[in-house]
Amino acid sequence: MSRKSVRMKAVAALGVLCMTLAPAAFAGQPDKWLRPERAPEPADNPSTPERVALGKALFFDPRLSGSDWISCSSCHNPGMGWSDGLATGIGDGMKRLKRATPTILNAAFQPQLMWDGRQPSLEAQALGPIQADLEMNQDLPGLIKKLSQIDGYRLMFERAYPAEGITGPTIGKAIAAYERTILSTESPFDRWRKGDAGAVSAAAKRGFELFGGKANCTACHQGFNFTDNGFHNIGIKGNTDIGRYEHRKVAVLKGAFKTPTLRDVALTAPYMHNGAYRTLEEVVEHYDRGGDATDNLDPEMKPLKLSAREKADLVAFMKSLTGEPMQVVVPQLPN
Amino acid sequence: MRKSLLAAALSVAISTVLAQSTEHVVSQKGKAFSTKVLTVKVGDTVSFRNDDPFFHNIFSLSSGNDFDLGSYPQGQSRKTTFNKEGTFDVECAIHPEMKMVVKVEKK
Repeated sequence: MSRKSVRMKAVAALGVLCMTLAPAAFAGQPDKWLRPERAPEPADNPSTPERVALGKALFFDPRLSGSDWISCSSCHNPGMGWSDGLATGIGDGMKRLKRATPTILNAAFQPQLMWDGRQPSLEAQALGPIQADLEMNQDLPGLIKKLSQIDGYRLMFERAYPAEGITGPTIGKAIAAYERTILSTESPFDRWRKGDAGAVSAAAKRGFELFGGKANCTACHQGFNFTDNGFHNIGIKGNTDIGRYEHRKVAVLKGAFKTPTLRDVALTAPYMHNGAYRTLEEVVEHYDRGGDATDNLDPEMKPLKLSAREKADLVAFMKSLTGEPMQVVVPQLPN
Repeated sequence: MRKSLLAAALSVAISTVLAQSTEHVVSQKGKAFSTKVLTVKVGDTVSFRNDDPFFHNIFSLSSGNDFDLGSYPQGQSRKTTFNKEGTFDVECAIHPEMKMVVKVEKK
């Protein structure tokens, strides 16, 4: 055997070794890509089984809306990645909303909620859509009266929040307690990170390298939840929504929206704050172009010059983030 | 004669003030400021250095010392001078978890 062919075989073997070793070999820190066991909890609303059960009932209860027809789960559907499969949401009276329904998967790890980050906690956020006239269109005093007339709820609230009564805060706290249990399940990517070299395809492995390298995705999609919890204007064509700038008058925030998680991203089409893209392939093309609208474009956005294979690899990687299907039992609602 | 004496005195006064101003450096690393609270004197400058591999955009909307340093990448520093006494909230617009307070005291 010639020296050249020995060298080539050694290089090839090294390449195979790198691709099959635990990802720590080339990614550095495997732990940061794995979800913590539990979500953080605020000191004034630690989780209890009673609080989670109450929150789950409220989450699935359409009586939380003025029409008695829309529940949180109407839009945050567990069978559709905790979203609704629509470009933008639909609210009271079948009115179209201006923004997409975000997934609430792993929302428990996010310090700001909603596309524009205007809500500082799950507790605060839960009451927003309930009262919004375009969404669930239910006033709080009316809701409290409704729930107070249901024996089952009076008992559940007493067990979950003794002596606190049925109030806006306890309604919000209970829903938040349930949402803190809506956490991503183990995905092929996670199994790969834990050492199962065969858990993902070679394309997905290449895609992960591109994700943190040439494609520059980790500029925003960072850590186990694949989000920096930050706000960026990524140049969606035709967008007139000013996003976070409505609440924080800083120039860089014009048209800026929160980086969503990529966990279970294959389940939550269409994509972007206004549902602009139907497929992950379209999303990758957007980034390959460096975005479209240039007004106040995030400085991280630039044309990537990806090959067709590289684009396919990125999509393969994103699909590897889909966790084990969640079995969610819809509760028997109190009466 | 009086005018030139006055000009000389003013010049000395300005030089003295300038000589006593300090530049403080705050690093941004791991989406956090290197300090949560920085105490400075009126007229001091704070330089915010980006040590993260992505952009930051430091600003304050606190009345009396509001500023927006714009977005800048790793390795760059941008600075602002604090000319009023008080306590001012400083944040990153892109990463809202990044917060610190600058306390500005009289010289």
